[in-house]
Amino acid sequence: MNAQRKQRLTLVLLIVFGSSIAVALVAYALSQNINLFYSPSQISMGEAPADTRIRAGGIVVEGSIRRDPSSLKVEFDITDYAHSTTVQYVGILPDLFREGQGIVAQGALDGSGRLIASEVLAKHDENYMSPEIAAALEAAGQMPHMPPTAGKGY
Amino acid sequence: MIPELGTFATILALCLSLILSVVPMIGAYTGNKLWVDYARPLAKGVFFFLSLAMLFLAYSFQTDDFSVVYVAQSSNFNLPWYFKISAIWGGHEGSLLLWVWIQAFWTLAVAVKSKNLPIDIVGRVLAVMGMITAAFLLFILFTSSPFERFLPNAPAQGADLNPLLQDFGLIVHPPALYMGYVGLSVAFSFAIAALLSGRLDAAWARWSRPWTNVAWAFLTLGIALGSWWAYYELGWGGWWFWDPVENASLMPWLVATALIHSLAVTEKRGVFKSWTVLLAISAFCLSLLGTFLVRSGVLTSVHAFATDPERGVFILGMLIFVIGGSLLLYAIRAGSVKSESTFALSSRESMLLVNNIIFTVACAMVLIGTLYPLVMDALDLGKISVGPPYFNALFVPMMSLMVIFLGIAAFSRWKETPTELYVSKLWLPAVLAVVAAVVTHWIYSQSIEPWVLLALVLSYWIVFTWGREFVSRLRNRDSLVTGLTRQTRSYYGMLLAHLGVAVMIVGIAMVTVFVEHRDARMSPGDQIEFRGYTFIFDGAREVQGPNYTSDMARVRVLRDGVPYREMFPEKRMYTARGMVMTQVALDPGFTRDLYIAMGEELENGAWAMRLQFKPFVRWIWLGALFMTAGALLAASDPRYRKQAKRDAAQRQLVTE
Repeated sequence: MNAQRKQRLTLVLLIVFGSSIAVALVAYALSQNINLFYSPSQISMGEAPADTRIRAGGIVVEGSIRRDPSSLKVEFDITDYAHSTTVQYVGILPDLFREGQGIVAQGALDGSGRLIASEVLAKHDENYMSPEIAAALEAAGQMPHMPPTAGKGY
Repeated sequence: MIPELGTFATILALCLSLILSVVPMIGAYTGNKLWVDYARPLAKGVFFFLSLAMLFLAYSFQTDDFSVVYVAQSSNFNLPWYFKISAIWGGHEGSLLLWVWIQAFWTLAVAVKSKNLPIDIVGRVLAVMGMITAAFLLFILFTSSPFERFLPNAPAQGADLNPLLQDFGLIVHPPALYMGYVGLSVAFSFAIAALLSGRLDAAWARWSRPWTNVAWAFLTLGIALGSWWAYYELGWGGWWFWDPVENASLMPWLVATALIHSLAVTEKRGVFKSWTVLLAISAFCLSLLGTFLVRSGVLTSVHAFATDPERGVFILGMLIFVIGGSLLLYAIRAGSVKSESTFALSSRESMLLVNNIIFTVACAMVLIGTLYPLVMDALDLGKISVGPPYFNALFVPMMSLMVIFLGIAAFSRWKETPTELYVSKLWLPAVLAVVAAVVTHWIYSQSIEPWVLLALVLSYWIVFTWGREFVSRLRNRDSLVTGLTRQTRSYYGMLLAHLGVAVMIVGIAMVTVFVEHRDARMSPGDQIEFRGYTFIFDGAREVQGPNYTSDMARVRVLRDGVPYREMFPEKRMYTARGMVMTQVALDPGFTRDLYIAMGEELENGAWAMRLQFKPFVRWIWLGALFMTAGALLAASDPRYRKQAKRDAAQRQLVTE
């Protein structure tokens, strides 16, 4: 093998080595950081695993918001109009969080089927509904009539 | 009447761009100079008519013409005039018009600034750019015209601009970002023109370099402005969310970063040619992919509001055509490209190759993380999302590796670099970087945080290696002044951009590790103390704005017990849409920001409040500004113009 070929071989080996590390890293990081989405119906039927980070979405039930008088702890129910799930959260809720609004909460289920949320997301446009929530409502056969989503927001 | 003129101007621009994409191209093939010469005036014509279209749309906004659907959706009588201008690109239709207008602007810039380029190349480049313009104009006219009317019943009042967008950020962020996105089409068009003409030489790389640098500078600036805007507008205090739309802009940036480095090798050494062409094609295709992801509504994202399958299909078709077509052309032509020189494994060429590998792999990782949920959903394997931990776990090691090589590369030479040279030059900066990092870290916090220490070592590593290289350049000159003035603008630009990397790393690490925040329930008179600051909540009162009513809180801040300033965060209710918005109160500083946002109102005048201490957060954007300035400085290097003139003179001699 002449010098140039040897060099090329080293280079190719380096690239192969580097990219396999990259692929391994990607696979590992993906397996650790995927959050599955569940609807309240799926949760109440016990399809969602407990103590695993999941996302759950639905419409905030009217009159279900209960605040702790001395801290920022808050509890509310989300529903797909077939079943509902209680969400517990400590912290500041997003601006567009309100009753009747679709939200997505990220967190883990405790033993009693309550979602302990670390993050609550509401979308930034009042006409907008997250595709995940829309699909969940449709699956429960409860898709309300929504105004057509207008071209808002850049 | 005016909106119809707008449609008319858009149609005229479409006609001209269609001619532009055909006539000069045929002229370049048949050698018909007259046909090629049409390219420049046509480029000017397209820009002229699109500027008219923009003006007509701006007029409709300023005169509150709510019979125009787009204006009614994103404006309101009470909207201040400057937001009526930025509202032009506040929604889907208008932002596309802005996109295509900027595309026309870049086409015009190439037409005007290419006096010294061979005319057939100019013709081909402008023709390719004309095709892109035409495709986007077709898209606008068929699926998303901003000039469409509500007839016969026009609403008396507009729905108002989304309050999130009623901000200075909307005025500057989209134009800067689009300048970058669309600017990559210049590099793309040069690459396609070179493939078509079969002349893929160093001259080609030299022509595209300044254009690519400018586009990259705007892309950097646009992304940084977006980050800064999200930081103060969304009320969370985060500066990067790994949101799919952010990723959509980051992917072309990563590839464009690889491209500007690879172009350097192609220009100076005549190697990596086909690779560079591939990067130029990929960078623009990724910016089209970004448009597709944002505009088709396939993504769940804060940016993805308007969703319309028809639009998605159109962009997807365009994407397939552009990617497929350019890759096919590449496959046919790239095989015949020959390298003009060779290089050793230990050389500057290899260093830049490492840069390219790292940036393309990083881009692939972002691409996988962004598209993986879409693929899973399409295959019905569940609705998933890939969170920030995925991106952080991959990005931090990748970029650390990149920075280590960035330091080593300071002493690399073209063709071959003896390994001993690296060792002899690098050991001192390495030792100094570690020592300086430990000392400064200890002085700042009297503790050692491993991530911050790593970041500081990497930053000092960049500063000391490139600093040593800079000093050694000056030593070889007679005096300091001649030493300083003899260095080229590209060189200073490169130093500045690399320094920007160091500054940004410090900002990212410091704010991530040393951020401190308190989410608290505060009644009037309550106080919270941390990091030497005392925050006293004095209660909130109602304030009336032009198109909103607001609860404005007063927070007195004491520093070490001494009154420092008062801050006024707000919770605004925008009346037209009934939408609530958080207006953050900021006390920006070089080494820290104080950040106060109001949460929801609780009973008895108490409020949920978010107080944050954000050390060195400004350094993130400062670093990006350094990179932007560096790239612009490098692009303005007079050698590009001089060399182009020499080339032109030589061609003259050959033809005579």
